[in-house]
Amino acid sequence: MKALRKFLDKKKPLFQKGGKFAKLQSSFEAFETFLFVPDHTSHTGTHIKDAIDLKRTMSIVVMALIPALLFGIYNTGYQHFLSVGELANTDFLDICIYGLIKILPIIVVSYVVGLGIEFAFAQMRGHQVNEGFLVSGMLIPLIMPVTAPLWMVAVSTAFAVVIGKEVFGGTGMNIWNPALVARAFFFFAYPSKMSGESVWIAEKADSFSGATPLAHAANLVDVKGDAAVTLYQQHLSNVWDMFVGFIPGSIGETSTIAILIGAVILIATGIGSWKIIVSVFAGGYVMGMLFNLIGGNSYMELIPAWQHLIMGGFAFGAVFMATDPVSGAQTARGKYIYGFLIGFLAVLIRVLNAGFPEAMMLSILLMNTFAPLIDHYVVQGNIKRRLKRVKVSA
Amino acid sequence: MSEVKKIKKGLDIKLAGKAEKVLEKADRSETYAIKPSNFPGLTPKLKIKVDAEIKAGDSLFFDKYCPEINFASPVSGKVIAVNRGERRKILEVVIQADAEIQYQEFKKADPNVLSREEIKEKLLKSGLWAFVRQRPYDVIAKPEDTPKAIFVSAFDTAPLAADIDFLLENEAVAFQAGLDALAKLTDGKLYLNTNPNLNQSKIISGAKNVEVRQFTGVHPVGNVGIQIHHISPMNKGEVAWVIRPQEVIFIGRLFTKGIYDVSRKIALCGSEVKTPCYFETILGASVRNILKGKLKDDEKIRVISGNVLTGEQISEDGFLNFYDSQITVIPEGDKFEFLGWALPGLQKFSMSKTFFSWLTPNKEYRLDANLHGEHRAFVMTGEYDKVLPMDVLPQQLVKSIMIEDIDQMEQLGIYEVAPEDLALCEFVCTSKINVQDLVRKGIDLMIKEMS
Repeated sequence: MKALRKFLDKKKPLFQKGGKFAKLQSSFEAFETFLFVPDHTSHTGTHIKDAIDLKRTMSIVVMALIPALLFGIYNTGYQHFLSVGELANTDFLDICIYGLIKILPIIVVSYVVGLGIEFAFAQMRGHQVNEGFLVSGMLIPLIMPVTAPLWMVAVSTAFAVVIGKEVFGGTGMNIWNPALVARAFFFFAYPSKMSGESVWIAEKADSFSGATPLAHAANLVDVKGDAAVTLYQQHLSNVWDMFVGFIPGSIGETSTIAILIGAVILIATGIGSWKIIVSVFAGGYVMGMLFNLIGGNSYMELIPAWQHLIMGGFAFGAVFMATDPVSGAQTARGKYIYGFLIGFLAVLIRVLNAGFPEAMMLSILLMNTFAPLIDHYVVQGNIKRRLKRVKVSA
Repeated sequence: MSEVKKIKKGLDIKLAGKAEKVLEKADRSETYAIKPSNFPGLTPKLKIKVDAEIKAGDSLFFDKYCPEINFASPVSGKVIAVNRGERRKILEVVIQADAEIQYQEFKKADPNVLSREEIKEKLLKSGLWAFVRQRPYDVIAKPEDTPKAIFVSAFDTAPLAADIDFLLENEAVAFQAGLDALAKLTDGKLYLNTNPNLNQSKIISGAKNVEVRQFTGVHPVGNVGIQIHHISPMNKGEVAWVIRPQEVIFIGRLFTKGIYDVSRKIALCGSEVKTPCYFETILGASVRNILKGKLKDDEKIRVISGNVLTGEQISEDGFLNFYDSQITVIPEGDKFEFLGWALPGLQKFSMSKTFFSWLTPNKEYRLDANLHGEHRAFVMTGEYDKVLPMDVLPQQLVKSIMIEDIDQMEQLGIYEVAPEDLALCEFVCTSKINVQDLVRKGIDLMIKEMS
């Protein structure tokens, strides 16, 4: 490592002001600080600092995403071979390799495009490159359909980084979750590639239905009585598969188990807010219960409240999207309200509007927008308590 | 006895090198210095010239905007230098000490029979007033104010902090005299805040003329600002005064001995000290003789006057700061670490559980001054809340200071906080934001706007 350090020290002047490659200073520093935690010491304030930094934080989140990613790779192969009827003849390794071949390009495109833009912006502004995209770059592939054309992934990612993040000033300044901005852009710009039955399974056999459980569930709205029960029995009763993740859907969102492993990592390390995660699930459950109680159509009556939590992107959104500290509520009390409303609205939109079966995305983006308002009221509450104190003592 | 207030929020940072309760002898320091920078917001005006012969208690400089407040020489001798920085700002006034200290005579007196004005006058004249500080703003108290109460924290929870019971040993008379004097300065109460878990000595538990309040918990529970928040929080327009126990002794000595005697015990601690222990010295002393031969020298070190959270870096022949009773020595840590952010980190301390050091909760750490990362914009939320046991929203307050929004700062509690109270917020900050500097900046802004 000493040799590497020496090499960097030797090359560093070239990239500093007045050097030959001064224009690439941000990029050089990004790589340098990636390899070596810098020798900067504290000059004012506390002399010692907590060992954590943004690189550590972000890499923990990426680690928490790994189970969902691995399962996504396996499930991609699994769904493909299931659809073509070859599942029994294919061994585990081939399934994984097939999935990997399908998914790896999406990940590469997301990182290359996103980091490329991040580096360019850092360079333009003379800033350091922020670590935020390490997570966004992994989140974006996991919420895409496996059949997404790579150029669309690239355009969505570019849109998310530029409009979702850089125009606000970069990591820490954005008002919406960048990964969800990418997905929302994709969803509205190329709807045919992100809805319907054919996009969720790679190279699906035409005869095989590739509908997601949410799509089946949406069909419940129009049927009644025994027909509804039959539909439910046929397509929605296998909750174990839904929980484990053997269902069609976006790459990383299908397995509730894998997502929960990620949640445990996030909560145990203290990186993700358990307040948000728990209240999103609580909000979804309460709305589901209300539907169960009110009734009205077969969707509301037949889907138990808890089943909403394992269908579609609900769990993924709750654990990895809603917990984004930048776009979410920042006050402790605000986090409960913010999380609860995300879950509540997601189930509400999902059930009432068949056009948007994947309501989690919209619900989180909506609450991202309202998070500052929630915080505002929490802060006002704190201010009022302080003013009240004066009156009491006066 | 009052009930015990338990503070749960906060963080004890366990560092290696806690001072053993043994009082060692060090060679007497030859030079002493008083640094105006130890008093935030002060504009000093010199009263002496270089080469002047002075006694302990003679004024070196005074506050330009409040000329009654004097800053006295801790020893007798000759002023050998007035070191100045940019724009002729006075950095330090250095005194070469006599072998035998000559004290200026201020007359003994019984504080119980003196009037409030007489006590004030005595403190101002002798230079002891500088030890009385006020909330809000954490600056030297204004003599014309009458505080709603005076608070003394009788324990210190900062990392490796000096044990206050040990500092007060054999000083019972002076301590009580000091408390008696302080009690006269307020119409409210004189609070002495103790920690029942520490088995505090008779000197503290037997103190008279005070209202005892009890606190337990983790750092920053020993900070007087936190205690005030839980006893009688600071509202707009209110003033409270605070003072540390050792400084109460200084005041006591003025009344019992009639002199400005600021000799104090200090703790020499930290992982780079061979045998951490206590020393008898005098305020403002050069640390060279204290450190001589006491340090491990296998690595570049950093000497701090004060503790690792709020102290100030000084050189190895620098001077002890005015309010500090501890010298901490830690490794400098100005080196690169290969893939440091990715290592398991058994030697790294973090409030989060992102490093595997959480498996060994009782380990004592040898931490250096490395930032462990780069400055970033705010990303994480809720970190600050975990280490500030006040009904104050720290992150929102810091943001309001960043945008210099006076109204919001006031509403969010700038009157209640001192930089030291948010030191842990700065420690845990993932984005390495200089919280204490910002709080001080906000306070300076408030003082400017409100005057």
